[in-house]
Amino acid sequence: MASFIQLLVSGLATGAIYALIAVGFTLLWQTSQTINFAQGEFVMLPAFFVLAAMNAGAPFWLAAAIGIVLSIAILGILFKVIVVDPMLKYGVLPLVISTIALSLLLKESAKEFYSSQAQPFPALVPATDIHVLGAVVSTQSLAVLAVAIFTVAALNLLLNRTRLGRQMQATAQNATLARVLGIRVERMVLYTFLINAVLVAIASILISPIYLAKFTNGETLGMAAFIAAIIGGFNQVRGAILGGVILGVLDNLSAAYISSQYRGAFPLIILIVVILLRPQGLLGRIEERTI
Amino acid sequence: MNRLAVLAAAAAAVFAVTAPFLLKPFGIYLISMWAVLTIAAIGLNLTLGYAGQVSLAQGAFVGIGAYTVALLTQAGFPFSFAFVAAGILCFAVGWVLGYPALRVQHHYLAFVTLAFTTLIFLVLRNEEWLTGGIYGINGIARPAFFGWSTAKALDFYYFSLGMLAVLALATWWMLRSPWGRAFVALRENPIRALSLGLDTRRYTLMAFAIGSSLGGLSGALYAPLVQFIEPASFALGLSFNLLLMVIVGGSGYFFGPFIGALIAVLLPEWMRITQGYYLIVYAALVMVMMAFCPAGILGLAERALKAFAPRVKEAAP
Repeated sequence: MASFIQLLVSGLATGAIYALIAVGFTLLWQTSQTINFAQGEFVMLPAFFVLAAMNAGAPFWLAAAIGIVLSIAILGILFKVIVVDPMLKYGVLPLVISTIALSLLLKESAKEFYSSQAQPFPALVPATDIHVLGAVVSTQSLAVLAVAIFTVAALNLLLNRTRLGRQMQATAQNATLARVLGIRVERMVLYTFLINAVLVAIASILISPIYLAKFTNGETLGMAAFIAAIIGGFNQVRGAILGGVILGVLDNLSAAYISSQYRGAFPLIILIVVILLRPQGLLGRIEERTI
Repeated sequence: MNRLAVLAAAAAAVFAVTAPFLLKPFGIYLISMWAVLTIAAIGLNLTLGYAGQVSLAQGAFVGIGAYTVALLTQAGFPFSFAFVAAGILCFAVGWVLGYPALRVQHHYLAFVTLAFTTLIFLVLRNEEWLTGGIYGINGIARPAFFGWSTAKALDFYYFSLGMLAVLALATWWMLRSPWGRAFVALRENPIRALSLGLDTRRYTLMAFAIGSSLGGLSGALYAPLVQFIEPASFALGLSFNLLLMVIVGGSGYFFGPFIGALIAVLLPEWMRITQGYYLIVYAALVMVMMAFCPAGILGLAERALKAFAPRVKEAAP
C-alpha cells in the first residue's frame, strides 16, 4: 500500500506535466489545425535556455524567467510566423512533415550548440521526503503537482472567465462566425501559440530536474502528449488534462506491477483501444470528418 | 508531356544500370540502399498517395520483413522462400492494421499507425529469445541464385535493382487496372466511390495490405544488404523518413518515391561536408521545401511544365 501511494503520487506528478504539454498541443489543434510533431522538442528546449542563462551568471529565478520569455519568442512567435503560417493553406499533411523536420532541427541544434550529454538541472525545491501514511513522498513531486495545478487553474480562469478567453474559445469553435462577430481571429490564434510556448516552458522547468536536460528528452515527451491528447479528447482542454493524468499514473503503476520491459507499450495499447472504440476521446466532442 | 516522362524514365534507368561503374564501394552501398528503400516508399505511396491513407507504419513493415528473412535464412530456409514469406506476412499484418483505417482517418490514423510502429519496436527489442533484443541479428547471408552469388556489393546492387524494377512494374500494372482506379477514387471522393458500387471497405484494406507487403519485401532485401539488423533501425525514425521520401518526391506521382528516396538517401551524405550540422541543414531544407512546394518535386516539375506549355489544352475543365 505504501509503495502504491508513492507510485501514485509520482505518477500524478508526471501526469500533471504530461497534461500541461497535452493542453498546449490541443490548443494549437483547436485554433489552427496544427498538429505539432515537434511538441516534445518544444519541452526539451526551454531547459537549455534556462541553463544558458544560468551559465551567463543569472540566478535560477531570473534564468527561468528568461527561459520562458525566449520560449515565447522562439517557440511561440517565430514558430507561428515562420513555420505554421506559410503552410496552413496546404492542409494538415505538409505541416506534419514540416514539424517532424522541425523536431529533428531542434534536437540536433540542442546537441550541437549546447551539449550531447545530459545536464543536471536545478530543482524547484530542495529534495527532502515527507512521510504520509507510511509512504515516502518526495517534496519535488508535490512541488511539481502544485505548480502544474496552479498553471492549469490559471489557464482555465483565462479561458472561461475572461473576455479574451471566451474570444479564443469562439475562434476555436467556429473561426468564421467569430470573425463575423468582430473577434480578431488571427490575434487569438497567435495567443494560443504564446500560451503553448508558456506551457511547454513551464513543463520543461518542471521535468528537467527529474529527467535531466538532454536533447533526446523530446521523443518520449512528445509521444506522451499525443497519447494524452487523444485519450482525453483532441478538442477539449479538460480532456487533455484527464488524458495526461491517466497516462502518468498508468505508466508508473504498469511499470511497477505488470512489466517494466513493456512499460512503453501500455499507453499505446490504450491509445489504440480508445481510437477504435471512442475516436473522439474520453471527453471529446465528435468532430465532422470525411467518412 | 507523357513522352517526356518516358524519356526521363529511360534515361534514369540507363543511369541506374551504369552508375555503379563510376562509384566507390560506399557509393554502391548507398544506391543499393536507395533501390531497397524505394520499394518501401512505392508501397507507402500506394497507401498514402493513391488511396489517401496516412500511415506511419511503413518502417515497422520494413522491420518485420527484415527480421522474417534474417530469422528464416538463419534457420536454414532458402532466401526465395523467406522473401515470399516476408511479403505474405506483411500483407496479412497490413490487412489487419487496415481495420482501424476503416473507422478513423487522417491524423487519428497517423497516430494509430505510429503506435503500431512503436509496439513493433518494443517487441523486437524485448523478445530476446526470438530477435536477439538490442544486440540484433548479425551475419545475415546474401542470397545466391542458380550459382549467381550476390555476396559482392555490385552483384547485390543489380539484384536489388532487378527486384525494384519487377515490383515497380507490378505496381504500375496494378495502378492502371480497375483496382488502381478504385484506389484513386477512394482518395478523391470516398462517398462517391461507395455510391458507384465500389466495395470501399475491401479496397481500403487492400491498399493497406499491398502497401505493407511492399514494405515487407523492401525489408527482406534490407536485411541481406546491411547484414546486421537491430530494433532501433526500424523505430519511428524510419517511418518518418519513408513518409518524407513519398512527400518530398511527390505523393500520388508514380515516380515520386524514386526521387524522394534518392534525396533522402543521398542528401544527408552530401551534407556531411557541413560536419556535425548536416542533420540541421537537412531538416531546414525539408522545411523550406514543404513551405514552397508541398506537392513535392514532381508536383513542382508539373507546375513548371504547365507554365511553359502552350495553353491550348486548358480550355476544357
